[in-house]
Amino acid sequence: MCVALPGKVQKVFGQKALVDFNGNQVEARTGLVDVKTGDYVLVHAGCILQKMNEIEAEQMTELFSQLEAFR
Amino acid sequence: MNNSILMIHGSGGQATDDLIQTIFTRSFSNEMEDSAVVAGHQKLAVSTDSFVVTPLVFKNGDIGRLAVCGTVNDLLMRGAIPKYLTCGFILEEGLSIDLLKKIVSSMAQAAKEAGVSIVAGDTKVIEGNGGMYINTAGIGFVDPKVDISAKKAQDGDIILVSGNLGDHHAAILGDRLSIHSEIESDVAPLNTMVERLLESDVELHSMRDVTRGGLATVLKELAENSQKTFHIYEKDIPVSRAVQDFCGLLGLDPLYMGNEGKCVCIVAKKDAQKALSILRHSPYGQNASIIGSVETDRPGQLLLHTDIGGIRRLSVLQTEGLPRIC
Amino acid sequence: MMDRTDIIRYLQSYDGPEVSIMEVCGSHTGAISKSGIPSLLSDKIHLISGPGCPVCVTPSSYVDRLIELSMRKDTCVVTFGDMLRIPGSTVSLAQAKGQGAHVEMVYSPFDILKLAAKAPQTTFVFAAVGFETTMPVYALLMQTLEQESVSNVKLLTALKTMPPVIDTLCAQQAKIDGFLAPGHVAVVTGYKVFDPLAQTYKIPFGVAGFQASQILVALYGILHAYHQPKVMNFYPEVVTEAGNEKAQELIDRYFEPVDAVWRGMGIICGSGRQLRNQYSAFDAGSANLNEDHKMNQKCCCDKVLTGKMRPYQCPLYGKACTPLQPQGACMVSEEGNCHSYFINQRNDR
Repeated sequence: MCVALPGKVQKVFGQKALVDFNGNQVEARTGLVDVKTGDYVLVHAGCILQKMNEIEAEQMTELFSQLEAFR
Repeated sequence: MNNSILMIHGSGGQATDDLIQTIFTRSFSNEMEDSAVVAGHQKLAVSTDSFVVTPLVFKNGDIGRLAVCGTVNDLLMRGAIPKYLTCGFILEEGLSIDLLKKIVSSMAQAAKEAGVSIVAGDTKVIEGNGGMYINTAGIGFVDPKVDISAKKAQDGDIILVSGNLGDHHAAILGDRLSIHSEIESDVAPLNTMVERLLESDVELHSMRDVTRGGLATVLKELAENSQKTFHIYEKDIPVSRAVQDFCGLLGLDPLYMGNEGKCVCIVAKKDAQKALSILRHSPYGQNASIIGSVETDRPGQLLLHTDIGGIRRLSVLQTEGLPRIC
Repeated sequence: MMDRTDIIRYLQSYDGPEVSIMEVCGSHTGAISKSGIPSLLSDKIHLISGPGCPVCVTPSSYVDRLIELSMRKDTCVVTFGDMLRIPGSTVSLAQAKGQGAHVEMVYSPFDILKLAAKAPQTTFVFAAVGFETTMPVYALLMQTLEQESVSNVKLLTALKTMPPVIDTLCAQQAKIDGFLAPGHVAVVTGYKVFDPLAQTYKIPFGVAGFQASQILVALYGILHAYHQPKVMNFYPEVVTEAGNEKAQELIDRYFEPVDAVWRGMGIICGSGRQLRNQYSAFDAGSANLNEDHKMNQKCCCDKVLTGKMRPYQCPLYGKACTPLQPQGACMVSEEGNCHSYFINQRNDR
């Protein structure tokens, strides 16, 4: 099952982090990504799988202008 | 007295009597007779329910409060004013007596809040692991003029829900799966809001409490019973952000999550705003919301209009509501 | 830039050539059903659900092996909830549990560490099913088992990768004009893994997240790139071209490619992963679990998983086969195509 929403790292301790999803806190392993407090992350089956990048509006605009060029 | 339940507490002899004297009669008003004799009424509502929740104590409630509220709410949903409850306890050997006291006193408090008297009771002890189960049965008085039933939803009616969905289910499941959250059970007796609705001139057609199976199951059953089409709107269905994310984490759907202090009301369109105002100004109803309407285009169906404007046909709960992970 | 309303209007009024788009991932199927996306699409756009539910594509002999392990006195099988009700050749793990099998359900594979520490005399076997998304979790677990010298935990693996099965589907037949590519697989692998497929079959791939609006955007992109060999990343928040390289390295350290059986599809070369030889002590007997028996001969899971048949076209669907009495894996798992269609009463027109 793929979790659609990101969580926010509350604290990192050893190889684990506490990740908050709007008040629901789960422990997740950090071994696959370097994270710090405040990062938004994707969690899968108790592991942090990736950090969320901030997507600049221009990036999506660029993607869309490429789409228009396809036709 | 020992500090946990032993098989001898179920013997029917002195130990049983001691247990009843020290715990139950302190909290409840029942006479020590073979049956309770109570004052009657012309038209009665009768209901029974058994409670088997784990953990026994959860955020904002316990099995005792649950056992009172569950039966009280079932009576209310037929337009009855709850009057009397009976309760049967099945205690497992090893149950902490302090915990039992706490649960019994919580029952007494809930009964007081709901205005019911616990008039008869029974206790049995079985082998086991310190668990307990409660059965309650209740009697309520129905005003002969009141006629509320699952079949009575009419074309044009408005559907209301009395508050946020999924809190009880999430509180229980979070505890079992060690997800820490502030989500609390919503277990509550709904007397005030229902009594105010009944006393008002709101034309109330159907009412159901939204317990196991969640909103979707309850509304789908009402749609089938009345052979009407229920249209509900995702954007209007109240679910807290915490419960939304809890569901997202575990692949659950708030529409199928259990509640213990919520009801749906189906009222005539002309009275919808009045009903909403009554719910919102009653205890446990501050997040009440109008969530949809009754129509006739596809009889027996429950249609959810999603946030993106799509339509999803909802069925009754099909699975156990277990979290899926992968 | 277009907003959601514009995109929905485009998808509703689309009047180009008929297009079939496959979503490979079970979570995409679930999100599509839940958000009512099919009701928003023009009749010319067909969504087909693919083989992306990990437990649905696991052959029956794997389930049988899990059950055999769980019945041993000194062994406990640990699994995600989805695996419990998947039928083996005769019964499911849940049914075996009723007959005394030792089975524990967990939220994360790492939960097995606590169980193993509490009962050192018992061997705990994790039912390690999943795609690229879940593989790094198992690799990280393996690293922990090594570092902490845990000797009573093993894996029974049925790990599978997406590109080979997509390749097989495209090569076999199938009128598929584009793929809604699995977002979290791409988080791990990078979107580059879909490039060779896009080039070979001249079709677009749109990598998407799991919220309805993210799926809509990707569908819009796939339609625009009709018959063009493009891989488009509509999930740049977490997906990059190269993917999570740390996760890839860890997977490679512990696992190697192997031919794998997909339920209903037979063996696909190099599509699986198994523990490398030097870690065979951690393997609970995963090799050669290739038998695949249908519990009901009329079950069409194989055709449903490959997009040749819609769930509601199967003769058993909704009759002999329901979530309460499932005849095949696709009706059991919450990620399964038949299950998702059934609970949402989806018949897509």
